[in-house]
Amino acid sequence: MRVRSTSLMSAVSEIRSLFPALSRKVYGKDLVYFDNAATSQRPQSVIDKWNGISGYSNANIHRAVHRLADEATQAYEGARDTVREFLNAEHREEIVFTSGTTASVNLVAFSFGEAFVRSGDEIIVSEAEHHSNIVPWQLMCERKGAVLRVLPVDDHGYLMTEKLDELLTERTKLLAVTHISNVLGIINPVKKIVAKCHSMGVPVLVDGAQGIVHCSVDVQDLDCDFYVFSGHKMYAATGTGVLYGKKKWLDAMPPYMGGGEMVGTVSFSGTTYAPLPMKFEAGTQNFASTATFKEAVNMVNLLNDNKLKNKIDEIRDYLLDYFLSDERISLYGVPRGTYEDKIPLFSFTVKGVHHEDLALILDKMGVAVRSGQMCAEPVMDRFGVTGMLRASLAPYNTIQEAEYFVKCLNKAIDMLI
Amino acid sequence: MSLQEAENAIVEEFSMYEEWLDKYEYLIELGKSLTDYPEEAKTEDKLIKGCQSRVWLDYRIEDGKIIFNADSDAIITKGIISLLIGLYSDRTPQEILSSDFSVVEKIGLKENLSPTRANGLVSMIAKIREIARSI
Repeated sequence: MRVRSTSLMSAVSEIRSLFPALSRKVYGKDLVYFDNAATSQRPQSVIDKWNGISGYSNANIHRAVHRLADEATQAYEGARDTVREFLNAEHREEIVFTSGTTASVNLVAFSFGEAFVRSGDEIIVSEAEHHSNIVPWQLMCERKGAVLRVLPVDDHGYLMTEKLDELLTERTKLLAVTHISNVLGIINPVKKIVAKCHSMGVPVLVDGAQGIVHCSVDVQDLDCDFYVFSGHKMYAATGTGVLYGKKKWLDAMPPYMGGGEMVGTVSFSGTTYAPLPMKFEAGTQNFASTATFKEAVNMVNLLNDNKLKNKIDEIRDYLLDYFLSDERISLYGVPRGTYEDKIPLFSFTVKGVHHEDLALILDKMGVAVRSGQMCAEPVMDRFGVTGMLRASLAPYNTIQEAEYFVKCLNKAIDMLI
Repeated sequence: MSLQEAENAIVEEFSMYEEWLDKYEYLIELGKSLTDYPEEAKTEDKLIKGCQSRVWLDYRIEDGKIIFNADSDAIITKGIISLLIGLYSDRTPQEILSSDFSVVEKIGLKENLSPTRANGLVSMIAKIREIARSI
């Protein structure tokens, strides 16, 4: 029997009360929100910050000297300091704000490509990538006449890093890999991959869209060259993202977009560019949303509390045991031995049942899960399926919700078989 | 039964189920009843675009009436197309085109599907109308 201490339960309900959406009902039932890998729910602190700036400090940042512009600028630049500290980046100008992970990858694929990639060069991505960490590289390869090579995953969903020996060549210009796949939920050994690539002089971009939520990330310790993530999966407002890049690369890369803010001087005989990070932040930024990174990082730190971590590990173990013991279910991303490599994210299929049907029925029971290809068709192909169902949990989810989910899933399967 | 009467009958049938899960049970049964769609007719041209699951719709003409047949890899979607076929199959093109298809709104199907799935429903109806118009 599981021990549920009352102090933990009150801590969890206190945390949950900070997120308005978690107390709502859908179809008359308590919402069980298990689609956190797509978008996590937003705490009141983030909503208040956004409302405050939108309502009272709405002015274009950086340029004007008046009070409102100063407040908006401070909120925006304050978020940059928060993110720098959160990632333990060496310099604040290594933090570039974007509209999300996708925009960050596209920026690097374009600007790094322009600076360093020539015809016949090679880029490596893994088989487990989200489309956002595949298509920008394909576009870059098309533009540059370069070749995209693929690091495969094994049947358990682990990267076959031993293949790096043959994949990394003197033609390799960059390797892009996910910290944690949004389908498989296995924590990849990115530090080792970075070390291996660096030994061959190859820089590494890490897609941290899921990793930033589930791992504590120290970019200096990882030594990765780029680390990219979105705000909306880590409790910030949507339309926000970060590109961390080592200064030496960002300095050597040309701008991605031209426009206001990113310039030094402009004349028709030539234009000079603003220093980092402005060089990569052309146009009016989404400052009201980006400023919420401060409250979002506070929330991530709050949820990193050890007691809560133990609780979410307990839920992960409970669900893993369930998925692995039910013969009707195939789980993708199965930890080898210890469960520590796995985050509470479970993509699975049920024999003889379509994922869409399950998602529809679960929805009507109040359970929000994701169904489909999850923007990762190559992973679907790798495991020979047309789609999966995915339950992804956040630290604010409870064991009671997990138990209810299992009950509902069983009922839904019975309805469909 | 005229098309209008058949549509009213479905609306009445659906109104008996208060819980959405019961409506799904009903659609699942309808989906299971649709069995004779041949594998070789699961071709690209019969696939309805805009559905999250795959839906094939085929037809033939008998005595001036359109006989529809369909299949899907998802059972609830199959139930929905089965429901539509039950209404609109074995009807003349004129009969089909005289319907405003408001039946799907009346039974609450449209607003209770997510936008991507509602699009699939819209695509199914558009395809049925397109076939009726082409004859």
